[in-house]
Amino acid sequence: MLDATPRRFDALPNRPGVGYKPQHFAEIMEDPGPVDWLEIHAENYMGAGGRPIAQLRHLAERFPISVHGVGLSIGGEAPLDAEHLARLRQLLGWLNPASFSEHLAWSTHDSHFFNDLLPLPYTEATLARVCAHIDQVQEAVGRRMLLENPSTYLAFAESQIPETEFLAEIAARTGCGLLFDVNNVFVSATNQKTDPYSYIDAFPLHLVGEIHLGGHDEDEDDHGAPLLIDSHGCEVVDPVWEMYRYTLQKGGAKPSLIEWDNDVPEWPVLAAEAARADALLAEVPA
Amino acid sequence: MSRPQSPAPSVSQGTFTRAILDAGQPVPEGLLDPEGRPAGRRFSVYRNNVAVSLTEALATAFPVIEKLIGEENFKAVAGVFLRRYPPDSPLMMFYGQQMPAFLEGFEPLKHLGYLPDVARLEIALRESYHAADATPVPPEALQALPPDRLMAARLRLAPALRLVRSRWPVASIWHFNMSEGAPKPPANGENALVTRPGFDPQIIALPPGGGAFIAALLAGESFGAALDAASGAVEGFDLTAVLGLLIQGGAIASIEEGPPA
Repeated sequence: MLDATPRRFDALPNRPGVGYKPQHFAEIMEDPGPVDWLEIHAENYMGAGGRPIAQLRHLAERFPISVHGVGLSIGGEAPLDAEHLARLRQLLGWLNPASFSEHLAWSTHDSHFFNDLLPLPYTEATLARVCAHIDQVQEAVGRRMLLENPSTYLAFAESQIPETEFLAEIAARTGCGLLFDVNNVFVSATNQKTDPYSYIDAFPLHLVGEIHLGGHDEDEDDHGAPLLIDSHGCEVVDPVWEMYRYTLQKGGAKPSLIEWDNDVPEWPVLAAEAARADALLAEVPA
Repeated sequence: MSRPQSPAPSVSQGTFTRAILDAGQPVPEGLLDPEGRPAGRRFSVYRNNVAVSLTEALATAFPVIEKLIGEENFKAVAGVFLRRYPPDSPLMMFYGQQMPAFLEGFEPLKHLGYLPDVARLEIALRESYHAADATPVPPEALQALPPDRLMAARLRLAPALRLVRSRWPVASIWHFNMSEGAPKPPANGENALVTRPGFDPQIIALPPGGGAFIAALLAGESFGAALDAASGAVEGFDLTAVLGLLIQGGAIASIEEGPPA
């Protein structure tokens, strides 16, 4: 049985953070630069022991930790995976992190996990289902969670509710907070041919407990229209930094994470992205 | 876009995932681009994300298999595997449990008979890496017991210990592909012992009888019964060498006397 880690950090600071990668462990412990908190993917720390858990214990003594789930399948048609929910409850129990978040998406169907964040139609039926699942998660883990807006590549003919309204309604019904991924807004708006700034204006920023910034890839659809893909494999692009600045000025300073999950760079490159967020955070009152 | 008069087609998650796994299936009706045209390549993003991310997870899990058959072949094998065995859990670090059995039945690779056991060893390594921590008994603990008590005692092995018994030289094949300057594998089979002193699992080919000895300990047999099993399996079983490997690997978690729990 794992010992409880004493709670040292009640909340993420309104400062830059990065997605933690084990290859950066020594550099982060030595000099984290502008990085004041770390995010981990919950599923990578659900083993019984060994180096991952030991490193996480060290990090958690020094940094506020955000646990970001990628496997709960909150938008799934089927009931939530009880075993997985129990593992999550155990991780959040011993780690006692500053924040826990998941996605408005689904990834499991018919007991198979697809390792991708799959899209949902925005209807009254899916709204009710997502809310029921979030109620169940928050009940099971005994804390409030944040729900992240998705990157989308296509639209459902059956959708009836705008995404911003859908997310606001989920938060209103379940009491959950929101995670605002600025790159996802840019990706979806480009792919859906909508205005990303209207999306920010319509988003309930007062419910946002964390911001994500990441890179994307560029492709084209069958008709030559731009098709952006949320890949977390490169630098954040300038238009996304501009949207981030606008978001901060509108909603105030927030904990702001650089996500870089594929082709992970050397630590100085990641720290430089965090420094860019730091400079924009400095423009708004903490 | 104007609202269609008839109710819009609803796309179930079953329809969605079937079309993801089978590129021969049409893109489900009801998935659109911003102009209201069929989603086409936009749907392929999901197909691609799923196939690429699962293939990468398998390549991370089975680096020696990938080296043995080559990157391109591995991608093809992974493509078949992931469609037959999509993950049954979100813990990607344990994805690929069916790989040994899959390789056993995979006709194009049947001539490489050692692949399934190499896959078993790679699974054992990952399990060892993520296994629970255990404080090993001090090296002198075994010597401290009088022989009769030692023979009746049970050694509880560390959660990070794994044993892969093979008629192929699996440990040597692994080292030959992963360690600089490792010798060419011998012709004989090997019992590979995985231990984890600290955080990094290590693989060692056990001396003759070592597989029978450790298998008996893992089955909960007494020290004496395990010794009988090993001595019955080979002439001149080298107990000291095998105990040395267990101690050096931090693999003896406790010595339990009295009736089994």
